[in-house]
Amino acid sequence: MARLLEVNNLKTYFFTDEGVVRAVNGVSWHLDEGETLALVGESGSGKSVTAMSILRLIPNPPGRIVDGTVLFEGKDLLKMSDSEMRSIRGNRIAMVFQEPMTSLNPVLTVGAQIREALQLHLGLDEDGANARAVELLELVGIPEADQRIKDYPHQFSGGMRQRVMIAMALSCNPKLLIADEPTTALDVTIQAQVLEIMARLATELNTAVLVITHNLGVVARYADRVNVMYAGEIVESGSAIEVFKRPRMPYTVGLMASVPRLDATEKVRLATIEGQPPLLIQEIQGCPFRPRCDWAIDKCATDHPELEEKEPGHWARCHRNPQTDERTRMPAGAAAAGN
Amino acid sequence: MTIQTQTQSSKAYESTVKHGETLVDVQGLKMYFPVTAGLFIQRKVADVRAVDGLDFKVTKGETLGLVGESGCGKSTTGRALLQLYRPTAGTVNFGGTELTKLKGTELRRFRRRMQMIFQDPFSSLNPRMSVGQIIGEPLAIHGLYKGAERRERIQYILQAVGLNPTFARRYPHEFSGGQRQRIGIGRALAVEPEFIVCDEPVSALDVSIQAQVINLLEDLQGQFGLTYLFIAHDLAVVRHISDRVAVMYLGRMMELADRNELYENPLHPYTKALLSAVPITDPELERKRERIILTGDVPSPLRPPPGCVFNTRCPIAVDECRERVPEWREMAPNHFVACHRV
Ligand SMILES: Nc1ncnc2c1ncn2[C@@H]1O[C@H](COP(=O)(O)OP(=O)(O)OP(=O)(O)O)[C@@H](O)[C@H]1O
Ligand SMILES: Nc1ncnc2c1ncn2[C@@H]1O[C@H](COP(=O)(O)OP(=O)(O)OP(=O)(O)O)[C@@H](O)[C@H]1O
Ligand SMILES: [Mg+2]
Ligand SMILES: [Mg+2]
Repeated sequence: MARLLEVNNLKTYFFTDEGVVRAVNGVSWHLDEGETLALVGESGSGKSVTAMSILRLIPNPPGRIVDGTVLFEGKDLLKMSDSEMRSIRGNRIAMVFQEPMTSLNPVLTVGAQIREALQLHLGLDEDGANARAVELLELVGIPEADQRIKDYPHQFSGGMRQRVMIAMALSCNPKLLIADEPTTALDVTIQAQVLEIMARLATELNTAVLVITHNLGVVARYADRVNVMYAGEIVESGSAIEVFKRPRMPYTVGLMASVPRLDATEKVRLATIEGQPPLLIQEIQGCPFRPRCDWAIDKCATDHPELEEKEPGHWARCHRNPQTDERTRMPAGAAAAGN
Repeated sequence: MTIQTQTQSSKAYESTVKHGETLVDVQGLKMYFPVTAGLFIQRKVADVRAVDGLDFKVTKGETLGLVGESGCGKSTTGRALLQLYRPTAGTVNFGGTELTKLKGTELRRFRRRMQMIFQDPFSSLNPRMSVGQIIGEPLAIHGLYKGAERRERIQYILQAVGLNPTFARRYPHEFSGGQRQRIGIGRALAVEPEFIVCDEPVSALDVSIQAQVINLLEDLQGQFGLTYLFIAHDLAVVRHISDRVAVMYLGRMMELADRNELYENPLHPYTKALLSAVPITDPELERKRERIILTGDVPSPLRPPPGCVFNTRCPIAVDECRERVPEWREMAPNHFVACHRV
């Protein structure tokens, strides 16, 4: 598979009154054509900032990309002019965000908005754009599409609006789709509808997808590979199957064990990760996860671990191996498990 | 986190209901909200049938999970049980007392036995009250514990929910989401209730924090013999915490059974679709799973479809489903379902 996107040592900082927030602190990863990569991690770990950096949508001030390259089809997005970037955004690189109401213009009909995108990016005429817009709505399962196209966004349900966003995002046959919590606000049955449509279209068009989500089930179902973020860094990366089966970084171990499984017949006590992630304003000594880690040793307080290839294609940032090494501390919550 | 074992106060009322007996008995519960129109004279033009005829029981000491999609009436059910909404029809019997008939002071006295925990730990705590005041408020309302005793009680509660007792003087904005949710749980717990309606208590929290709050609720249940109605839309969380699970759709109950029975052997086509829509956190298993993808959206509770309310999205609906409301039947011991096709 051909390399589509390559992020190298990306650093995005926010310069605030309280200090410098190192939101994304030197991340490197890649995405191949047609591949689906999931980005997971604790709230505030830098997932959205990573996505916004690729799209060059970081508010400045206070934010700035201070270092790194983002190669898309071999060209560095960070070096492009604003107008070059605008022609790529919404065209070669499409995006879907969490709240569809804010991404659609409330005073324009749904049809007008899809037509505009099609005319702008594909150069279709009025009639051509209209016909294609109806087709797209039908494609994402909106009944009576030729009528509904005259409606305004508020006349659509949340799930329908999100499907419209996906239709618009995929209307220009993008090479890359960035979806940041695309279904978090939706009900489970609607989530399933929307995600199935997204996955099907991506496969048909050979679109690569970067999906940011808190839902590990969604990762398990759709992602080829997973990147786990913690405190602005990638702490684990590998195939979804490997990362779920044998997580190599204690944060990932905790994350996996803290979600109840839908297919669990026995009641087991959930694992917890006590404490808080570090403030990104402070310079961090050693491993950022150390204060919350059940496997921490002395070295973790002083040496910042590198992202190492632990198994072929499976990378982790950890001095220990939680699959084989003994814990140095009882897992949080285990003491109370007796009652 | 250590929870000090300390007995409940001598101020605890004598509950008449023993562990394993019916604590709450709900029959024919309906909650309609009028929709009005008109500029000067408001007249009723329609009803939102938020809850439309529920029959179920909650057993003392158990956790009854309540799941269903947004707007199906879960919160309304919880509020109507606690009489925070006065039901349009039906009865709610709480340990032998009919709540729908109670008024004023009588009802207020009863509120001590039934509390609620809310979804949003940010908006449900008054930002101008200290944590001590927030937890002390229900004690003041019910005239429980005075002076030094109340301060002691607040400290005890803070400790029970895994917060440092010195936090009593701090304000909500100084806490994280998970800590705020603990404060909300502490407030509910302060008056020593028997029954707590937990309305999406972990939905707004990050997964690792979710687990802490779920564990806490489980510990407190064991420690204080609490009974929960646990409302959530996350089916995995509900399976984890519940003894029995009820599935709602558009104001009605579709199915109710023991947790493993419901998840392993669902009978209602809506339950089946709902369960199949939730991916399992295991890539190898998940990729082999067949899914039932429902089409269309949930109809408006202003105009619920005739017959079975699920018929517009049901993959196996027949004419009868569009004409006649299915009755609530016990298909196997303790397994209830409302469907013509099972
Ligand atoms: N405009 C801003 N000014 C200052 N700090 C910011 C700004 N935007 C983001 N940050 C900080 O950057 C960090 C990363 O934020 P980001 O939104 O990427 O998190 P996330 O991983 O997407 O979290 P979530 O799962 O909650 O969406 C956070 O600590 C956040 O507070
Ligand atoms: N006070 C009210 N006045 C009018 N309609 C109401 C009121 N409260 C709820 N409703 C309506 O009743 C229906 C059920 O609402 P409810 O809040 O009980 O749903 P829910 O299952 O808790 O949903 P969610 O998962 O989104 O919390 C909805 O259609 C809602 O709009
Ligand atoms: Mg985000
Ligand atoms: Mg609700």
